[in-house]
Amino acid sequence: MSVLSVRDLAVTYRSTSGDVPAVRGVSFDIKKGEVLGLAGESGCGKSTIAAAILRLHSAGTKIEGTMLLDGEDVLAMRPGRLRAVRWTGASIVFQGALHALNPVKRIGAQITEAITTHQMSSDRGARVRAGELLEQVGLPSRRIDDFPHELSGGQKQRVMIAMALACSPSLVIADEPTTALDVMVQAQVLRLLRSLERDLGLAMLFITHDLSVLVEVSDRLAIMYAGKIIEEGSARTVFTSPTHPYTKALAAAFPSIGDMSFRGKPAGLGGDPPDPQQIPSGCPFHPRCPVAWDDCTRIVPELWTAGPDRRAACLLAEGAPPTARAAASAVDL
Amino acid sequence: MSEAASEHPSALVDQPVIEVRGLEVNFTGRIGLLAGLLGKKGADAKAVDGVDLTLRRGEVLALAGESGCGKTTTARAIMGLIRPQGGEVRFEGKALGRSMRSYRRKVQMVFQDPTAALNPRQTVYEIVAEGLRIHGIHNGPDGQNEEQLVARALSRSGLRPPERFYLQYPHELSGGQRQRVVIAGALVLDPDVIVADEPVSNLDASVRGEILDLLMKLRGELKISILIVTHDLGLAWTVADRVAIMYLGRIVEIGPAEDVLLRPEHPYTKALLDVVPEAGGLQRPILKGEPPDPTRIPQGCRFHPRCPVVESGRAAELGIESRCRGEDLALRELAPEHDAACYEAFLRHDGASSTV
Repeated sequence: MSVLSVRDLAVTYRSTSGDVPAVRGVSFDIKKGEVLGLAGESGCGKSTIAAAILRLHSAGTKIEGTMLLDGEDVLAMRPGRLRAVRWTGASIVFQGALHALNPVKRIGAQITEAITTHQMSSDRGARVRAGELLEQVGLPSRRIDDFPHELSGGQKQRVMIAMALACSPSLVIADEPTTALDVMVQAQVLRLLRSLERDLGLAMLFITHDLSVLVEVSDRLAIMYAGKIIEEGSARTVFTSPTHPYTKALAAAFPSIGDMSFRGKPAGLGGDPPDPQQIPSGCPFHPRCPVAWDDCTRIVPELWTAGPDRRAACLLAEGAPPTARAAASAVDL
Repeated sequence: MSEAASEHPSALVDQPVIEVRGLEVNFTGRIGLLAGLLGKKGADAKAVDGVDLTLRRGEVLALAGESGCGKTTTARAIMGLIRPQGGEVRFEGKALGRSMRSYRRKVQMVFQDPTAALNPRQTVYEIVAEGLRIHGIHNGPDGQNEEQLVARALSRSGLRPPERFYLQYPHELSGGQRQRVVIAGALVLDPDVIVADEPVSNLDASVRGEILDLLMKLRGELKISILIVTHDLGLAWTVADRVAIMYLGRIVEIGPAEDVLLRPEHPYTKALLDVVPEAGGLQRPILKGEPPDPTRIPQGCRFHPRCPVVESGRAAELGIESRCRGEDLALRELAPEHDAACYEAFLRHDGASSTV
């Protein structure tokens, strides 16, 4: 059974200039021991999904669809139940490791706070657990009484990961966990997350704009554009042989050193991500798409089959409707 | 004929535009008031500790390394934004000194975060024209007026038609457009050199390629030399002619991009290449520890405390370990144009040349 099962999730922010549909119908599953990577540009809705899973949005934000966490609908939970599920059912590692810790509290106290808030535990028991957690993320337990400023960026991110694991959740959401870190430290943190996922059998939702990082840690990849998933499949195939032109452009932004096709030829994508309040007609990517044709401005693509265990929301996908397929094959690529 | 030859880019390429010799930048250690009263002194950080670097005409040189290695400080010292404690920066053969004003016109900087680099209360036109006004330029070389110069800079930066952007404010533009405005502000002065500090790391992945493409065009069409400071070796592979790798205030390897990135000599360069994310890359070795502390530069080769060659015992086997730990070393040319500072690499090449 899936640890997390999301169906037709839509999140709409209210703003003074009207409703902003940030997520427009997203469905995915994450199994135990599986890492799903969610990629896309800023504003595509990926962090909104992370917040929606734990219902962290401000009042007034409209969330529709179903999200089953260990079989229980998160959107139907009463406040007390929600509070219990946060951190014990699912937890988040936020991107701002450098700012997410309280600077005037010792890290041990911050970890034990997470434990005692969400689980019945004695203070002493929580402290022992905090020491174990630090060891688990590769920090010596004697650092338990350090203040955040005594730690480096990578060590702070390890503390954040320890906090996320504090109540043994079945799902960990990692939202840009390595973005502010240095390359060498990033590699260390990625390796840690991957080994924790294996050892603890966690389900993980890993969110970042950096497709090359996702390929390294994820089993499956979902690419988002304008509030929808536009391609999904096994991480390696999506990255190495993308179907959707947007995935292609995103993958090309992370060159492979040694591949002469990148040398001296930076690949870019014209234009900017669409304004969520003015999503283009048909395929939302068509104004920036290098291969779009007339049908693309009219037909709203769905996630059609694009090979074994792969789906893409593009008329070029093999499972796209036959009329569109005929047009697609007529287009000279 | 000789004139045609001098016009040809390859003939121009070897001329140095900027030469950096023995550059040293120290940051004075900060210390608490009480400790200061007790006569203690903070530890000075040697951010740049003897850097030699030549930027040639029309080339793209990438300066890469971990955070704290001194790459940004080197760039800022080249720009004259930091006064170095030692060494000198020469521009077209002349040491920087009183002629900073004309130098600042010829050498322009592009910063990492375009949102921070742009004045939110100025229009795009004012931002781009500001450089002209500061330098008192009213007419271009071909008699253009200010508006024509601004329009030319904007369209060269890919903001077309330029008139559409004149009255816009930075907040009305996307991240990529903002970085183009920053680049237009640099281009309006017809610079010979652009120093770009992580020019795309704050931009969305799909927009990065476009900005890099723009920089490549400027090099190709306007023969501008570009120094790119980056932590991203993939970016260096995409755009750089040459790559310099910095570690703890020194360049430890420099050479043509293909050589440095495909046939690295220094174990630190190899370690950096190993952590470039790629499918399945997590199986490769990762250096332990954090970026080192520039207030305590190790004796000997400054990389030896983290060096896999020393740690694995390979250095001891080769009989170089005591030198790795005790004797400082300088860059040496190991292949044409390809220099590195590593005893193991020296030994490898000495052995190879003696067997030939």
